[in-house]
Amino acid sequence: MTLSFEDFPPGRFGTFGPRRVTREEVLAFAAEFDPQPMHLDEEAASRSMLKGLSASGWHLCSIMMRMMFDGFIGRTASLGSPGVNELRWLAPLRPGDDITLDVDVAEARVSKSRPDTGIVTFRGVVRNAAGQQLCEMVSPIIVRRRADPAAGQAG
Amino acid sequence: MRFFEDIVIGQRREVGSFTFTADAIKKFAAEFDPQRFHLDEEEGRKSLFGGLAASGWHVGSVCMKLLVADGQRQAREAAARGEKIAIWGPSPGFRELRWIKPVLAGDTISFASEVESRRISEKRPEWGIVQARQTGTNQRGELVYSLLATAFVPRRNPNS
Repeated sequence: MTLSFEDFPPGRFGTFGPRRVTREEVLAFAAEFDPQPMHLDEEAASRSMLKGLSASGWHLCSIMMRMMFDGFIGRTASLGSPGVNELRWLAPLRPGDDITLDVDVAEARVSKSRPDTGIVTFRGVVRNAAGQQLCEMVSPIIVRRRADPAAGQAG
Repeated sequence: MRFFEDIVIGQRREVGSFTFTADAIKKFAAEFDPQRFHLDEEEGRKSLFGGLAASGWHVGSVCMKLLVADGQRQAREAAARGEKIAIWGPSPGFRELRWIKPVLAGDTISFASEVESRRISEKRPEWGIVQARQTGTNQRGELVYSLLATAFVPRRNPNS
């Protein structure tokens, strides 16, 4: 069943994962999009503020997107997202970590400009296997509302 | 890369441009964001985007790619002048990311970064904290992407 705006009441929505993040994918993403030594080179990374090899923050965001897709967006009448209100990288994502994603609905409201849609604002928190928070994101997604049967009859 | 002391509010730098091909859009989407409008031209046309659209995370990752390449270019230039090279620290995050208009297959986006604020870190006084507005503009001059990023930038003389 496709999820509509009405399926996202405020509160805890779900927990997704765990998802293993391998060294190979950390290095591959960094090589293509974020080739800073702290994401590519063990020795340079050990001397960095993060004290060891860590995934690019954009890699973590992209993995979080995929976990949201697999968790619910893939079966949601989603029309896309206008952006991200806030994203905080709280601790480094290390190669080999198993990460989980907690998703809450922070706010859900009907769109004024497109009343057949609603704006669902999600808060996502990624944790590693030790339970440490790695990342927190607050982002709205535009979701279609369930067709109103009364409106259908009138039309 | 520049040191904290070299950074001035209002400083703007063009960091480079990137053409989002249909193949690149689909490859990124297949791995990270396989929503139908990021994978298929026809589905893209039927969507709010009006065409095969790049994942917003692809746009952000490409902006990062160009920022890193630009930083490495500046580091090489500094090294050639015999200057000390600043190695930037990680980012604690960002705010106000806006996917303002879709980035469609074939679009060329030019990215820029403009400094909005700078201060010395209270917890790590050997570092400065710089906020910069990163923007992406398409080949028609339309703003498509905007983000207020924060980064740790090393001080040249932390004890001064």
